[in-house]
Amino acid sequence: MSADLESLGAHIAASLPGAVTGTSIAFGELTVQAEAAEIVRVLTFLRNDPKCLFVNFTDLCGVDYPQRERRFDVVYHLLSPRHNVRVRVKVQTDEVTPVPSVISVFPAANWFEREAYDFYGVIFSGHPDLRRILTDYGFEGHPLRKDFPLTGFVEVRYDDEQKRVVYEPVRLNQEFRNFDFLSPWEGTDYVLPGDEKAKAN
Amino acid sequence: MGEHQIRNFSINFGPQHPAAHGVLRLVLELDGEIVERVDPHIGLLHRGTEKLIEYKTYLQAVPYFDRLDYVAPMNQEHAFALAVEKLLGIKVPKRGQLIRVLYSEIGRLLSHLLNVTTQAMDVGALTPPLWGFEEREKLMIFYERASGARMHAAYVRPGGVHQDLPPQLLDDIWDFCDPFLKVCDDLEGLLTDNRIFKQRNVDIGVVKLEDACAWGFSGVMVRGSGAAWDLRKTQPYECYEELDFDIPVGKNGDCYDRYCIRMEEMRQSVRIMKQCLEKLRSPEGQGPVSTADGKVVPPKRGEMKRSMEALIHHFKLYTEGYHVPAGEAYAAVEAPKGEFGVYLVSDGSNKPYRCKIKAPGFAHLQAMDFMCRGHMLADVSAILGSLDIVFGEVDR
Repeated sequence: MSADLESLGAHIAASLPGAVTGTSIAFGELTVQAEAAEIVRVLTFLRNDPKCLFVNFTDLCGVDYPQRERRFDVVYHLLSPRHNVRVRVKVQTDEVTPVPSVISVFPAANWFEREAYDFYGVIFSGHPDLRRILTDYGFEGHPLRKDFPLTGFVEVRYDDEQKRVVYEPVRLNQEFRNFDFLSPWEGTDYVLPGDEKAKAN
Repeated sequence: MGEHQIRNFSINFGPQHPAAHGVLRLVLELDGEIVERVDPHIGLLHRGTEKLIEYKTYLQAVPYFDRLDYVAPMNQEHAFALAVEKLLGIKVPKRGQLIRVLYSEIGRLLSHLLNVTTQAMDVGALTPPLWGFEEREKLMIFYERASGARMHAAYVRPGGVHQDLPPQLLDDIWDFCDPFLKVCDDLEGLLTDNRIFKQRNVDIGVVKLEDACAWGFSGVMVRGSGAAWDLRKTQPYECYEELDFDIPVGKNGDCYDRYCIRMEEMRQSVRIMKQCLEKLRSPEGQGPVSTADGKVVPPKRGEMKRSMEALIHHFKLYTEGYHVPAGEAYAAVEAPKGEFGVYLVSDGSNKPYRCKIKAPGFAHLQAMDFMCRGHMLADVSAILGSLDIVFGEVDR
């Protein structure tokens, strides 16, 4: 199984020079890193090539790594029913660089790209209707970014005097508690005087 | 007669509509009674599940999965458990696998019963839901007897299942199986050859196989279009390989085929459940229900009273949780509604770095525009019914 995946990964990398920057296999899954600008070419190849035939669009999502220069990953999952294989394609982008939309290859990408835009603010160029999808009408911000607080910025309640729903800044009765559970017994590597004697034996 | 003024109507279908299966708002553009464009507005049930999971330990994330597709809760937990186990490299003991499969199939019955009968209600029949909900109630009692909750079970956990099943429960599920097949016959008697039901469903919402793939369909939606694709057969997880069951496949890809497939899948699920029950009662099905790795699965209550180490493990697992090695994995199960997947990114800490939930209903619902164009307004609810949408998982 893993030999098959390796040869498939090598085939993909060899067929798309300049577009694919690397392949890796972990947990029996093939991951292809690609250039964001070339994503349409990569997915078209993956869909049409007889050794791939990844015709079924499974998933598209964003991942945020704020410490990176290009902070977002856009991750595509495809499935090949013919060869019974899955593939994951990852591209990197930031807040301002658009990723070409893949709706022309898979119409199913439409809502998934809207969702990635809604949650992360990733911009997809060529998308016909890049609106918010899951958050509230008139929502501001991109909630799944790591720098967006879990509690959000506004809360909503029904105001009995105005007879309508009003938005107000979040007021927490108790400060949000985010415990650091990382155990000191596992995290750090203490060097205590005398330890070298134990290791010498 | 002079010139007619022709104009299109835009109407709102929902958010509060009995045939919208929850909080769906469809903005329909109509030319007379013909649907020209459908714009589904979703997100009215958005709860930020994925964000919340990033702030919870792996064990605390489990109950969120019950609340996605709330008509078949354990199937979702199962996908999450598989993803975590993939990253941790854990194998679940045989008895745990059998219990998971048994309850996945109960979940499938729960979901299909709800869908088939409410689809019938959308096209005008009232009796099927009344009959179907009676069976659902019995199944939810099985949920309750295993986990303590009728719906939000939190029973399938990474490493296995929470507790073993009592022998009496196995007998009672067994006693449920055969009479249930009779109920399936009764339901089919109401619907399969029903003239009105066929008029409303045959040749409605036809999807060709290429379209089904390009639109990211899965589960019943691709099987209805003629693909023999079921993750339980093609990418078997748990002990599905050892079980004997058939995959019904449709021919025409219309709403009626999807209904027929769901009915047959219920019978096949009963077949799987009976095999699981037999194995659970035989010697090969005995043993622990969750992995013996004490760093992941908390110790039994009795052990905790005697062993200091067990007590420490219990405390650590319920406060800090366990650390999952860095990496990323995608695990999918054949949920009743299609392929339910979890894409999990771990950074080596005790909380998921990213947990993307791939809900089948999301992809299905976005094809509403594609499927409804050119159909009559009344077909919209029939198509929506056959898509099997539950808003818990679409909106997340």
